[in-house]
Parts: sequence; structure tokens; C-alpha cells
Amino acid sequence: MTDPLTPVLTANWGDERAWKLTNYEHSGGYQALRSALRMEPADVVAIVKDSGLRGRGGAGFPTGMKWSFIPQDNPKPKYLVVNADESEPGTCKDIPLMMASPHTLVEGVIISAYAIRANCAFIYVRGEVLHVVRRLQQAVREAYSAGYAGKNILGTGYDLEIIVHAGAGAYICGEETALLDSLEGRRGQPRLRPPFPAIAGLYACPTVINNVESIASVPSIIANGDDWFSSMGTEKSKGMTIYSLSGHVANPGQFEAPLGITLRKLLDLAGGIRAGHRLKFWTPGGSSTPMLTDAHLDVPLDYEAIAGVKSMLGTKALQCFDETTSVVRVVLRWTEFYKHESCGKCTPCREGTWWLVQILKRMEAGRGQPGDIEKLLDLCDNILGRSFCALGDGATSPITSAIQYFRDEFEAAMHTPAWELFPYQRSTIFDREPAGAGA
Amino acid sequence: MSELIEPRSPSPNGHAGGDIASEELVGHGPFVTHFDEPSLDYGITETKITETTLEELRSIATRYPQARSALLPMLHLVQSVEGRVTPAGIEACAEILGLTPADVSGVATFYTMYKRRPVGEYLVGVCTTALCAIMGGDEVYARLQDHLSIGNDETTADGKITVEHVECNAACDFAPVMMINWEFFDNTTPEQAIKIVDQLRSGAEARSTRGARVCTWKEAERVLAGFPDGRADEGPTAVGPSLLGLRIAQQHDWAAPEPEHIQDRPGEEG
Repeated sequence: MTDPLTPVLTANWGDERAWKLTNYEHSGGYQALRSALRMEPADVVAIVKDSGLRGRGGAGFPTGMKWSFIPQDNPKPKYLVVNADESEPGTCKDIPLMMASPHTLVEGVIISAYAIRANCAFIYVRGEVLHVVRRLQQAVREAYSAGYAGKNILGTGYDLEIIVHAGAGAYICGEETALLDSLEGRRGQPRLRPPFPAIAGLYACPTVINNVESIASVPSIIANGDDWFSSMGTEKSKGMTIYSLSGHVANPGQFEAPLGITLRKLLDLAGGIRAGHRLKFWTPGGSSTPMLTDAHLDVPLDYEAIAGVKSMLGTKALQCFDETTSVVRVVLRWTEFYKHESCGKCTPCREGTWWLVQILKRMEAGRGQPGDIEKLLDLCDNILGRSFCALGDGATSPITSAIQYFRDEFEAAMHTPAWELFPYQRSTIFDREPAGAGA
Repeated sequence: MSELIEPRSPSPNGHAGGDIASEELVGHGPFVTHFDEPSLDYGITETKITETTLEELRSIATRYPQARSALLPMLHLVQSVEGRVTPAGIEACAEILGLTPADVSGVATFYTMYKRRPVGEYLVGVCTTALCAIMGGDEVYARLQDHLSIGNDETTADGKITVEHVECNAACDFAPVMMINWEFFDNTTPEQAIKIVDQLRSGAEARSTRGARVCTWKEAERVLAGFPDGRADEGPTAVGPSLLGLRIAQQHDWAAPEPEHIQDRPGEEG
């Protein structure tokens, strides 16, 4: 029986200066790279495939399978791109990983690039996390100096350039094809697929794009074996992963556990919902995943079980909201986020999110009009599945799920402002009587 | 259109603070996005770009397999010199990369981190995406604007502080979150936020809750362009919420299973 928590990626986060190469090596770092370089690239792909590792950035696509789509008979250069553009609301696991132990990612990058026979890898990190950028830049420099990157890595004849690339503020660049356009120096707008990036990605060359946590998991799989990795988790959701618990919980934070732990268990460990309050709704994997309620506390947090309750595991960003929270207000804010971040390329998303915000704003103010709920649902119906990329789909998730579980609150929005139904001060966590924001 | 709630005109001094119980949408004010912002001011002819800047811009372009990939870091470097994106900066990037200024403008106006107006020495961003907003980010944001008497995306008269509301900055377990020049100020309160901006205005140093001493916005932009500032070793490995699960596991002696089949792994015998 596996322990409830299984720190692997997070194991060295408590260590003094864990971001330094010498400290990472001292805790066994870069041994997996040495093992991998003694293997054939195809065998590295096979181990990752056999481990059952699935993409940790939201979609859950099998990582090894993604790698095996790279056509090795294609004479063009191959590229590895790490998606470190962590910006899905609620998601906050990759940033602390890269801050605390950037070498875990860098080692994973080198092994993964070797596996797909890429000689150039990029870490596309969002620009709004300055210190993470610094730590990544330094880790890559250290890796070059130690002979883990650059020409003739560890005398094997394998060459790899690693480039840390800071973005400039655009959630859409977490969408893999928009990320590629951005990395090519363009506006970050998604591309039509097919062709998929594995065939024609960066510079129209075969490209693998993986999330930070996926790539950072690779060294541990090489070091400990695919059986070790797949001994954790559930039948189709293997391994350990980082769950991010945030919101109205007594102690928010990061929890690394085998896939399949429940929110009830995580809340137990975190001391429950903040004192005197109870859970109202939560997201399993960021704001783009349909919200759930206290009826779903015992659903295993793996890809299949969460899909079974009509949501998605996403990024495992467990945002918890207690009974003081106006669901209309939260949904409006998320919708404003999607409106702001819509790239403008396709009409359903660009125009649809704009209209959704208009309606939700008047509902927050208690000035909803008869038919507004139906109008929201109709708009969502015209965005979901009709947008160019998943941003538009994601924008509809909070709205349709909120109406499903809390329709009465949307009804009340026809006559009563959200701030009267749910005085906003009560949702804040400040340990005092609120001053009323300058009132 | 009449059925819509029209965007409200800004309050006299343009900011969104005010009675939290009023109908004014706290923390948001007039309904504007970066797509609605005025475009770049092409009337500006002044520039601080020197031959050294051009050399550095060219050096960024050589880092990539294809030069155009350098455009985002090049624009960060332009901002580090100019304090914003300027027509001269756009033209410099265009010339080096063999693009038209229109191509470069199209990119520069897409991303929120590229600023069309001068930014203060310290860019203070308060997260007002849903979770931070309801947990207190709205109040932090409104109180900061009231305290500084400026509105969203405005700068204090002394040129020190620009305030804006930002979208989720991937620190939700530290909510409410404030960013100063893209360094984390976690678990912030209105009082702490005001204290820190006052400190910065008085010329004193501020230190991120899990990062480095705060540098200026221009200096931060230079790091993002790929020119390190030697501060990577400042700050802790991880703090508080980042360590919660690890600490609980350590208390209970919980761990990942011991690897059982290491000797069976391919490649080890060779």
C-alpha cells in the first residue's frame, strides 16, 4: 500500500539552496541523465511510455506516446519545448518547482531531448515570475559548465542547446500551438491542427511540447524504473503528481501524492476548510474545469474518475470556496479573465466572452433580466466546440457548471446584488473587521 | 444595446476604490482591456537606445535557430532601456530582424507586459482573478489606489509607483498575491501593501517574500531579456504553503515506494 503522500519532485524543496547544482547533485541529481545516456534514445522513450506518465499540464495525454510520434526519419531538426507558461487560474505547482529545484527540470529536459533526438530545447517560462527566470537561467548555465549541456555531453557525442525564453504576459501562450507562434516571435495565437506539432511544430519541424511537471518527472522514472512509477496511482492514471490546494482552506499548499487521492483526504491533511466555514464549490484542475461541490469530496482525483463526474483533472489545481462566496461573482471574475486573455483569433471566443461578461456583470449587480440564464447557456453552447482552441471551451466550464449546481443564485441575480447576498468582506481572509475598502 | 450596463465613466481621479457595498464594481472600475488601450504614441521621437543597446539586441537574435524568435526578449530589452515600448525600439527590432515596424508593433501590442505608456520605477500588480479577488485582492487593490490617489495603470507623480491589476500569477496557495516588478509579495493585506509601496517611495529597499531584493522595473526587464543580474541566489528555496505537503509527509514518515526492480532496467548492464 502506497503512502498517502509521496514526495519525489517536491522532496528537496526543504533543502538549503536546493537550486544550486552541487546541492542537486549531492541528492542524487544528474545520475538519471548518466543512466539515460547509456541507453538508446528509443529505450528511453519506451521506459517513459511503459511508466504510464501522462501530461501534467491539463490534457493528460501519455507523454511517451507523444514522444513516439516524432518521425525519426524526418531529416529536419527536432525540438523539445517545455511549457512553463503556468497561468491557468488556480494552478501554482510549476512555479515553486522551478524556483526550488530548477535542475530537476533541466535534467528532465536533457533526458527528454536525448530521447527524441533533439539538439535544441526551449523552456518557455511566463515573464511575470522574475525570480523563477533567474533560477532557470542560472541552472542552465550551471548545466553547461558541468558538461550536462552544450557540445558532447559527458563525452557521449550528444549535443544539446538549452534556451530559457521569457514570455511577455499572455495566458493563451500556454496553448501549445500559440506557444509555438509566440516562440517564433509572433502574436501568440493558436494554429490549426493538423499538422500536429510532432510533425510540423517549431519552425515547421517535429516538436514535442511538454508541461514542466511532466518533464521534471522523467529523471525519477529513469532513476527508479517504470514499474516503480506505475506502482503509484490508479489503473489508468499512474504515478505521483503535485496537487495544489488553495482558497478557503485552513492551510493551503502543495501536496505530492499518488494520482487518485481524494479532496476529502487532502482537506483532512490541510486542516479542513477555514474554521467555522464549510466547502461550497471547488475546481479539480483550474478554472477551465467544471466546478464540483461537497457531493464530490470522495471522487478519486485521477483522469477517469473526474471525467466520470463531468469535469476534468486539468492541472490538479484544487481551488476551494466556502459558503461565504458568491458563485456569480467568482464566475464573473473567471469570465473576465477569459475575455482578457482571448487572443481574438476566432469569433465565438472573442465576441462570446465579451457578451458573457456583459450579462454576468449586470447579474452581479442584481440587475439580471428575464432570460439571462438561458442567454448565458445559449452563448456557452455557441462557444463550446466552436472555438478555435480550448480557451473558448474552458471559458464556458465555470458558467455551465455553476448554473447546474447553483441555479438559484443566478435566479437571485435578477433582483439582488451579489454583495448583498454574500457580503464581500466575509470572503476575505484578513484577520480583522474589514475597513470597507475606504468607506 | 440599451439593455446593457454601459461602462461607467471613471471617478474624478480615475480610480476604482470606494464603498465596497456600493454598486461600483470593486476593484474593476471602467471596463477596459489591453485591446482597448490607446496604441503606441508614434509622435515620440526621443530614445535612449544607443549603439550598445543595438549590439545587445543583435546578440539576443543570435541565440536562436531563427532570429525572429528573439523578438520577445528584444522587446523586453527595449523596455529596460526606454521604460516602455517606443517607436524607436520597434524600428530597431524591425531592422535587426528584417521585419516591418508594423509586424513588430503587432507583436508588441499583443502582450500585456509590454507597456505603451511610461511605467514607474516599481510596477505593482495586484491579482484580481477570482480566487485572489475574493480572498482580499479586491480590497488590496482598491486601498492601494486610494492611498496613492491613482487609478489602474497610472503612475504616481514622483514616477515611483505604477499600479495595475493582474491576472492569475500562479501563486494561489499564497492568496491574495501582489507582484512588484514581478517578484512575489505573498499573503498580502491592504496594510502591508501600503507599507511596502511607501517604503519603496521613500527609497528604502524591499524584499520579496520568496525572491530577491526588488530591483527596478527596467532592471527586471533586462533579466527577462536574458541578461542575468546576479540575484538568482537570493531568497529561500521554498516557503510555507510550498512545503506543506512535504512537511506532513516527513512527520508521518510517508514516502514514495522504494524502487524494487532497478536491476531489470534496460541499459544498466551496458
